[in-house]
Formats: sequence, structure tokens, C-alpha cells
Amino acid sequence: MKWLGNNWDQVLVALGEHIVISFTALAIAFFLSLVIGILAARSERVFRWAIAFTGFLYTIPTLAFLALLIPVVGLGRANAIICMVAFSLMIMIRNVAIGIREVPADVVDAARGMGMRGIDILAMIELPLALPVIVAGLRIATVTVISVAVVAAYINAGGLGTLIFSGISNDFAPKIWVGGLTSCALAVAADLSLARIERWLRHRAD
Amino acid sequence: MLFIDAWQFIVAHPGRFAGALTTHVALSAAALGLAIAMAVPVGVLLADSRRGTQLAITAANFGRTLPSLAVLALVMPLLGTGFVPALFALTLLALPPILINTCAALQQVDADLVDAARGMGMTYAQVMNQVELPVAMPVIFAGIRTASVQVVSGAVLASYIGGGGLGDFITAGIAMMALPQLLVGAIPATMLALGADWLFGLLQRTLTPVGMRAT
Amino acid sequence: MIEIRGLVKRFPGAAHPAVDNLTLTVPEGCVCVLIGPSGCGKTTTMRMINRLVEPDAGSISVGGRNVTHVDPVSLRRNIGYVIQQVGLFPHWTIADNIATVPKLLGWGEGRIAARVDELLERVGMEPTTFRARFPRELSGGQKQRVGVARALAADPPVMLMDEPFGALDPITRARLQDEFLRILRDLRKTIVFVTHDIDEALKLGDRIAILRDGALVQYDAPEALLARPADAFVESFVGTDRALKRLGLIMAEAALEVAGLPAPSLAIPAHANLRDALSRMLEGGVDSLAVTGVNGVVLGVLTMSAIRRHTGAGDSANNQ
Repeated sequence: MKWLGNNWDQVLVALGEHIVISFTALAIAFFLSLVIGILAARSERVFRWAIAFTGFLYTIPTLAFLALLIPVVGLGRANAIICMVAFSLMIMIRNVAIGIREVPADVVDAARGMGMRGIDILAMIELPLALPVIVAGLRIATVTVISVAVVAAYINAGGLGTLIFSGISNDFAPKIWVGGLTSCALAVAADLSLARIERWLRHRAD
Repeated sequence: MLFIDAWQFIVAHPGRFAGALTTHVALSAAALGLAIAMAVPVGVLLADSRRGTQLAITAANFGRTLPSLAVLALVMPLLGTGFVPALFALTLLALPPILINTCAALQQVDADLVDAARGMGMTYAQVMNQVELPVAMPVIFAGIRTASVQVVSGAVLASYIGGGGLGDFITAGIAMMALPQLLVGAIPATMLALGADWLFGLLQRTLTPVGMRAT
Repeated sequence: MIEIRGLVKRFPGAAHPAVDNLTLTVPEGCVCVLIGPSGCGKTTTMRMINRLVEPDAGSISVGGRNVTHVDPVSLRRNIGYVIQQVGLFPHWTIADNIATVPKLLGWGEGRIAARVDELLERVGMEPTTFRARFPRELSGGQKQRVGVARALAADPPVMLMDEPFGALDPITRARLQDEFLRILRDLRKTIVFVTHDIDEALKLGDRIAILRDGALVQYDAPEALLARPADAFVESFVGTDRALKRLGLIMAEAALEVAGLPAPSLAIPAHANLRDALSRMLEGGVDSLAVTGVNGVVLGVLTMSAIRRHTGAGDSANNQ
């Protein structure tokens, strides 16, 4: 832990990079999944096609996916972000679609009966009520994305993985510890915070 | 074309490829087997303890959030490099989904079934073996399926701690910027993962009791 | 026969005992209905008979043997158990479900198969059609028939039934109640039946035990319960239409007179009950009905005054 004391700035930089690419990927995935998810909620065909395709993407091993993108986009953050978005889409589209579908039909019916337009119903009724499920999906996606970002350091995307890889190739255990434990801590912290938000949303809905 | 180059690489180094593939499959299968052998019995033993189940699920959920590479890397200062440390780490990665699904599945078995079974004079073991486990099997198997994909995927990363496997080609390919070698690692690894998902999906459907299959 | 003596059960954190010093005896071959408002202890009492719940004090003996002296598992294999949600095992065929206890007891395959068919017939389901089906293919009424068949499989002398028809729609429920009575006619079983429906209790029970807050308030045959309710609680529980309910228990053929009266235009079958007869009379604006037997043969005449006599009119005056 002496190493940490002397090099905490290095760790912070890595942590910062990690958070930036993760957040970017999640933001992109979130908006994409909202659009596709809403479409999928309305159409059984879109739903099944979207789930099948993104499910296929999700099964691809992380490192293999990054590697397969190299001939196309080379190394670096763009590669990593594409991979992270692809993985997140599977979970998020499914959760957006399912979340909207699970809104009780009688609630939507009442809204329509009161003269609300489709877009109003979506914005004021369906999405708010689907929020707990959507956040549950966001939670899983976040953890996944943080995990991918650790590996993506190997293709020059930066992040906490750089510490780990440096530690492994130089056989320098402190770097492995710091890199490994910090990324675990980041993942757990993100998961717990989102879990709390999810719980709060569910309570509000009751 | 790249694919042809990749194929030629395999043809030129058949032993290396076969070796990596075998190691990869062995690592994955062993880790999955160990995880099933540990997680399912624990899930069964905890089945009638509410607190025990909750504790197990909380612990497993915690384990599930940890980045795979971090788990693999953290094993290195403790156990060194090679097949066994990689196996250890991969087993750890496979445990959470199986444990969570086993606990959740057993908890979700309709309480009326258990009441009827007990009321008719089945012993605790008989209720578990003849009623609870068969009814819970589909969900347990879904967990095993998830774990299998995670293990095959994690085994790719095992290359970093000397575990061997198809990841070796990927890391070598990146290090030397040799794209054909990259594909030699990436494509078979992807196929393995998809294959595992398909295989366990098939097993899941086959092992679902006939009376409970979705029509 | 079942003897319950001084039975007590307390649940932690509850204000008063769930079962409070209960003593009653169920004679052999009798259908004893436990009934009362929610929380009166009827289900808890029933579940102490097969030791799914263990008593805190008191004793229960079945067939002369104290249940706490018998291994609970073998006790339960010798007692039929039917619950409201049935609890059919979804992963087993109907035949396997019915065969559960015989299999546990180690019966031979041939004997089991024959017994399964016999029981399916007894509960009114065609064996060849239903043997290989799965529970999810059955309607609610069919599921409960299988549930009853399953409980009868090992031919236990005693059966426990916890609101078995409660989850069914009224028409199916009435049909199954009739079927149940029919099945019972051929078998000699001691049955403890829990319900919250007083009409079901009056229809099916030989003796009815009214429970309240864990204590026994009245234990009587249906007619006695209706004629002489023990207190105001029983009176209100049984319902303000007591007199009509009593008529529901008596069949026309028991109240008819034979000779001397002119044949009325309207008729009812002999096995119809007096309440329906009264309804028919009011509908038709008449004071008498012809009672017909098989093939429409007129067996006699039922008059309004005969009905009045059978309500025990003036009984309540006698009680005051």
C-alpha cells in the first residue's frame, strides 16, 4: 500500500478514464435502448428481433468482441465504447420493453379514455411507471460496462485495467491489487447506488 | 482476405490451435462442473432457511458485480499463474449465477405443492427430490446456462494469467498487430460461447419436465 | 374415530391462543365440519391431526392411537389430505399424482395402475382420457377431483379436507359437493372438513363444530344447530334465514301426505328439498304441490301447512 500512497494520482487518472468511457457508453446505450425499447414494446416482431440480435451480441466473449472490432475501428476508446454499447443494449432494450409492457393495461386505458394522446401517455404514464424496471436494467448494464472497461485497457482505451496489465507484465503485485480492488469497488459502488435508486423508485410507485 | 489468412494460420499451426482449444474447453468445463457441484448443493441445503437463502443471494449478487478480469488478476498474487489459478478464478466467476438461480428457484416453488407433499407423508428428502428440485430445475438450469457463457468468456481472459486457451492468440495478435492471429482466437472463442449457450439452452428445454413445458 | 382432548396451540406474538382447550370427538364414519370466522382456529386444529402443526398441550388420537406416539410421516401416509389449491404436482401426470402415496408405501406397479383407474372412475373422470394428462391441462373442478382421488388412493380411514371447494366457481362447487356426497355413500371414512361457508357445512356435515377464537361454541348435527343455536353468535353465524335453511335439509318425500287430497297442478320431485318446494309454491301462488317419484308417478301431496310444521315453527317460542 506504500505504492498507492506514492502513486495515487496515477490511480485517480486511471479511475477517471474508466468512469468517462463507462459513462459515455452507458449514455449512448441508454438513449438507443429507449428508442428501440419503446418500439419493441409496441411491436412483438421488433421485440423478438431486437432481443435475438442483442442476445447474440451479449454472448460474445468480451476480449473476442474487442478483438473482432480491431480490423474495423482499430484500437482505442472508440472500439471499447462500441463494445460496451453493444453489450448494454441487450439488457436495456429488454428492460425498457418489458417495463413498458408491464404497465397495467387498465391504467393506460384510463389515460386514453381521459383524452391523453399517445405521446403524453408514454411520457407521463408508461415511462415513469416503467422506471424501476428500466433502472434495474441500467444497473446490470453499468456493472457489465465497468467490467468491459477493465479489459479494454489492453487495447489502449485507458482505465483501471492499465494498472492491472502493467502489474501482470512486470510481476508487480501492488499494481494488480490496486487496479483489481479499485475496479471491484467501483463496480460495487455503482451497483449499490443504482440499487438504492431502484428501490426508491419502486417504493414511490406503490 | 483476413479470414483466409486466419484459416491458413490454423493450418500452419495445428498443434498450437488444438492445444489452445482443448485447454479452453477443459478450463471452462472444469470450472462449470466445480461451480455446479458446489452451488447447487449449497442452494438445496439453504432451501428451508430464509435468512440463509437471503445471505447466499446477497453474497452471490456481490460476487456477480465484480469485473471478471479483476477477479482473474487478483488471483495471481495469491496463487501464481497457470491452469490451476485460472480454474480457481473461473469457478469463482461461475458460482454466483448458479447459486442465485438455485436459491431463487427453490424459494419460488409453489408453497401449496410442498404442503400437499408433506401432508401426504413425504419425508423432507422426498419432498426435495421428488417435488421441489424437479419443479425448480428449469430456473436452476437457466442459471447454469448463464454461468456457462460467463465461464467460456472468462476463459478467454485466462490467457493473461497464464491459463492458456484461445485468449493466447488474441493477446499475441494484439501485441504483434497480427490480425489473422487475432481472428484465430476471437472467432473460435465466440463460436464456443454461442455453442455453450445453445447447448445448455437445449439441455434446459429437454430437462424441463414435460408437464411444465411452455406449449 | 378421532378424539381431541384439551387441545391448545399458541402462536408467538398472538394475543390469544389459536386453539384454546378444544375437546371434541368425531365418531367413525362421520363427516365433521369445522367452521367459524377467520382466525377461529379451524385450519390449525385440522393440521394438528396430521401433525403439520404440533400442539402445545392436549392430545389427539386417531383410531385409538395418540398421534404424537406415531412417526409423523407414516401417520400422514395413512390420512388423506386435500387442500384448497389442490397442490397437484405439475411435473407429474394425473396417474402419477394419484399414485403418490401408494408409491411411497411401496405398492406394486400393477396394483397402483388398477387403483388409479378405479379412483378416476369413482371421481367421475374417464381413466383412459385423463390418466396421462398433466395438471395444467385440467380445469379447476377437474383438478380438485384428482385431488380427492389422490387423497383416497391408499384407502385411508381418515381424511382431512381444508376448504377443498373454496377456489371453485359456485356452479362447479355445487356439482363437486354433490359428487362428494355420492362418493361418500359407498365409502366409510371419518372426515374432518374445514369451511367458512355455512351452507356447505349444512349440506355436507353429519356434525358441525362452530369455533370462535379457538374455542368450541357448539357441536351438533345440522338440524339441531338450526333448531337450537347455542347463543347469539351462533344464531347470527348460521344466518337470519335459519328456518329456510332447515327446510333445505328436509326432502319432499319426508313431508308428503298420501291419501284424501285432490291432485294439485304443480309438482316437484320427491328428492327436492322443502325450501325449493316453498319457492315453487310461492312462484305458482299455490298451497300444495304433487310429489312425484320415478317416471312421474304421483307419490303424494305436499301442503304449505306440512311445510310450516317442518320448520318447527313455535320452536323458538319454546326456547324462550
